[in-house]
Amino acid sequence: MYKLTGVTKRYTRGKETVEALRGIDLTIEDGDQLVIQGPTGGGKSTLLQMIGGLDRPTSGGVELDGVDLAAISEAKLTRLRAEKIGIIFQSFNLIPTLTAQENVETALVPLGVKPAERRERAAEALRSVGLGERLTHVPTELSGGQQQRVAIARALVKKPKVLLADEPTGNLDEGTRDDIMGLLEGLWHEYGLTFVMVTHDSSIARRAPRLATIKAGQITLTEQAGARRAAPAPLPGQGQYAQQGYAPEQFTQEHYGAAQGY
Amino acid sequence: MFGIYLKRELSRRKKAALVIALGLALGIALVITVNSVSAGMQQAQGKVLKSLYGLGTDMTVTKAQTAPKSGSSSRPKFDFDAKSDSGKTQSSDRVMTQGGQSLKSSLVTEVAAQKGVASAVGALSLNVVKVDGSFTQGKAKSSTSNSGQGGPGGQGGGTGAPQVQGGGASFDVNSYSVAGVDVTHQDLGPLATSKITTGKTFTASQTSAKVAVLSKSYAKTNKYKVGKTLKISGTKYTVIGIATPDSSDSTTDVYLPLKQAQKLGDAKNKVTTIYVKATDSKQIATVKATIQKNISGTTVTTSADLADTVSGSLSTASNLATSVGKWLSVAVLIAAFLVAALLTSSAVSRRVREFGTLKALGWPSRKVTRQVVGESIVNGLLGGALGIALGLAAAYTVTAISPKLTAELGSTGGGGMGGPGGGGPGQAASAAKNTVDIALTAPVSVTTIALAAGLAITGGLIAGAMGGWRASRMRPADALRSVS
Repeated sequence: MYKLTGVTKRYTRGKETVEALRGIDLTIEDGDQLVIQGPTGGGKSTLLQMIGGLDRPTSGGVELDGVDLAAISEAKLTRLRAEKIGIIFQSFNLIPTLTAQENVETALVPLGVKPAERRERAAEALRSVGLGERLTHVPTELSGGQQQRVAIARALVKKPKVLLADEPTGNLDEGTRDDIMGLLEGLWHEYGLTFVMVTHDSSIARRAPRLATIKAGQITLTEQAGARRAAPAPLPGQGQYAQQGYAPEQFTQEHYGAAQGY
Repeated sequence: MFGIYLKRELSRRKKAALVIALGLALGIALVITVNSVSAGMQQAQGKVLKSLYGLGTDMTVTKAQTAPKSGSSSRPKFDFDAKSDSGKTQSSDRVMTQGGQSLKSSLVTEVAAQKGVASAVGALSLNVVKVDGSFTQGKAKSSTSNSGQGGPGGQGGGTGAPQVQGGGASFDVNSYSVAGVDVTHQDLGPLATSKITTGKTFTASQTSAKVAVLSKSYAKTNKYKVGKTLKISGTKYTVIGIATPDSSDSTTDVYLPLKQAQKLGDAKNKVTTIYVKATDSKQIATVKATIQKNISGTTVTTSADLADTVSGSLSTASNLATSVGKWLSVAVLIAAFLVAALLTSSAVSRRVREFGTLKALGWPSRKVTRQVVGESIVNGLLGGALGIALGLAAAYTVTAISPKLTAELGSTGGGGMGGPGGGGPGQAASAAKNTVDIALTAPVSVTTIALAAGLAITGGLIAGAMGGWRASRMRPADALRSVS
């Protein structure tokens, strides 16, 4: 469980001090899904950095399962990120020279997983996101959607407790966006992750059980329709099946895979 | 993962890796070339000095130069009789002690007794000027002709008086050097730089024997062979061996047992040079000071002193190699290191997102730094291998071309002792410089290769340290920030 108390973050740019976060109080339960939305420069990415232990607040506390990320040493924070937090970036952030499998393996390196096990787990993770046939492809040989799937596999291969996504569909076209969102929500549902996502996309934000809107460093929380751990939003392609007379519950991951052509 | 990542990164940035490697290679190749050429220069100087000294000689002791006494003359003087038997060949040898100054033989024992002296051997250097030829008397004619002219032996004619016609003199002047050798200690002294290629050398019992060893060039020019007789100033010596000097610049023509040389040069119990071997080659300066302090009237010359008197293109090239070459290679090396460090640092800056992502994934800073340093070291090693190859090629080219360098061994200004022009055996007593041609080689030692490899790793480490330092300072948040 996350508990943010009075989190403030100030940056100094030359002589100017920018207050990106102003006394944020926020609780995120285990297995919760929170979407952070807001205008550019509003502080949403900064908040994600605090939650992910990528940066430390100027003041206040960020507790994950009772451990204050703002107070522990850099080494402990690094270890915590390696073990508990999976991160997905807008620009995928894959290592361009490594294959899909090797990119996924990078998440297991800091955990000291043996190379053979690393390779096996990476291959399994890629298969779970539908890229079982693309293990040896380098990022330039993959489409944007496929690259983001590799990034998702990399985030999930270590079986994290928390999944953070910074505009995961920001660089994707609409069709691919739906694919990726369907996949993420499916995985969130399947693995019971705590899922925090930053997005500009209102259509995505509307589907989340909880919405945090950040403006000028201040947060407004909105509980949306449906309870926490609600059934995931319809998977991409589900609409087509509905048109064909299938009920939503009849649409499974298997159908989803078939819809994607793997 | 480290190896795979490293390999992929280097192959992705081939151009950058090549630029870094080439920069380092240039610096390292220059260091190898300058080092090997310097070593070649030292070898060349060593050869020159060895030819003067003899193998194993650390220093020589000669008589301190003194001003010549008024009225004395060291010029050779020849007396020929104007005999009546015109046309008969006359010959005269003039034997002089080289430099005109000598030391008492007893000083050899005294020098040998000095602290730090392992052994001391005396030698006498002589210069023989041989003049032979004949006079032809002119014939007197009583003629009124004005056209008659006297020969050199006659007079220019006056009108009506008897005139001398014809006549003259034809003389050859030959000069050669003789060295008196202590036959009981031939490992030190004038013969130590030569090998007996025909016949044999002196035996320890031949201290007073009338035997001679000739240099190969002298024997060839004058058609002497082992077993033949050589006559110097009326004394006959049997040629027992032909010696080939280790270097072509040895100027001694004839070697005699010391006592025979002393007798020939009318220098009983005299030597011109004492060859000294020190017990410790590192203590030569101390031994020199001891000898000069304890034995007055002598000049002690070490190889270092002689090296200072070497001039000519060898000296110029040596100075260039040790000064300009050294600094040039240091400057290029520093520039190469800086270029490598800056390029590595710049490459790290371009990989902010990559390293930030790895940190966000939980890679500790040391792992990221290790990756950067590893890439730099491989770049350095590539540069090192390339540099060693280039350096070896350059050194091989220098050796293959073998440029001729000239070493001029200091002028003595009148045959004085103490300098290589006058003190060494076989040196002409004239003031002329002794010029030696040396072919330059560029030997590459294992130490030089090790130095190059060390520099390559150092270059890689410097570049890696700079890049690694930058990478370690990156925050994981940079992975997000770089896209916002």
